[in-house]
Amino acid sequence: MLHTVNKSPFERTALQSCLGHALDGASVLLFEDGVYGALKGTGVSGEVAEAMGRVKFYVLGPDLRARGLREDRLIDGIQVVGYDGFVDLVTSHDNVQAWL
Amino acid sequence: MSEIKKFMYVNRKAPYGTIYALESLEVVLIGAAFDQDVSLAFLDDGVFQLTKDQDTSGIGMKNFSPTYAALGDYDVTKIYVEKESLEERGLTLDDLQHLTYEDEDDDWAEKDSIRLVTREELARIMDEQDVLLSF
Repeated sequence: MLHTVNKSPFERTALQSCLGHALDGASVLLFEDGVYGALKGTGVSGEVAEAMGRVKFYVLGPDLRARGLREDRLIDGIQVVGYDGFVDLVTSHDNVQAWL
Repeated sequence: MSEIKKFMYVNRKAPYGTIYALESLEVVLIGAAFDQDVSLAFLDDGVFQLTKDQDTSGIGMKNFSPTYAALGDYDVTKIYVEKESLEERGLTLDDLQHLTYEDEDDDWAEKDSIRLVTREELARIMDEQDVLLSF
């Protein structure tokens, strides 16, 4: 399954709920205000880093750049994708759960 | 003429994901015409509004971040940024735009607009306001 998160982890519990429901081998795509969940050195980065052992994380590059965030700020191992990569993720998974 | 009141715009939302940040900025610029004592506070996800090097060319939205640098020209010179909110998000002042104004009472010397304050300091500054506008 592909999980998408588009809300800030500092304001909503969408990312927490996502991580609580993402099974081993699932993919998580962070986009829009969800990209803040991909930053290292934050109050939630430990939780994300811990989940990376069992879940693959992706983040949408255009949303990072819009917010002035460079790739070197990301937790190691999170893969940056473009809109084409977003589409590929959707088509390569059986289903998608959007954590709004 | 009525007496000058203290107005504070309280910014708590990240930019682009919702319309709050842009709407706040527009109201600040409109409000600047009324010669009141205006300040801005950035706390919680609002601190993300001030990050430098924003580039929205990939998301088809207007990059309104350069407008913050114009606030000094509108006599909006008090920009409070909450220290704890930066820290919780892995940010420092170096990640934010360097916002300045020219002080007409000090031979137009260039001064920093951003004042880094603790949560407790901000709480007290908020308590001193006549009007708080929330975004």
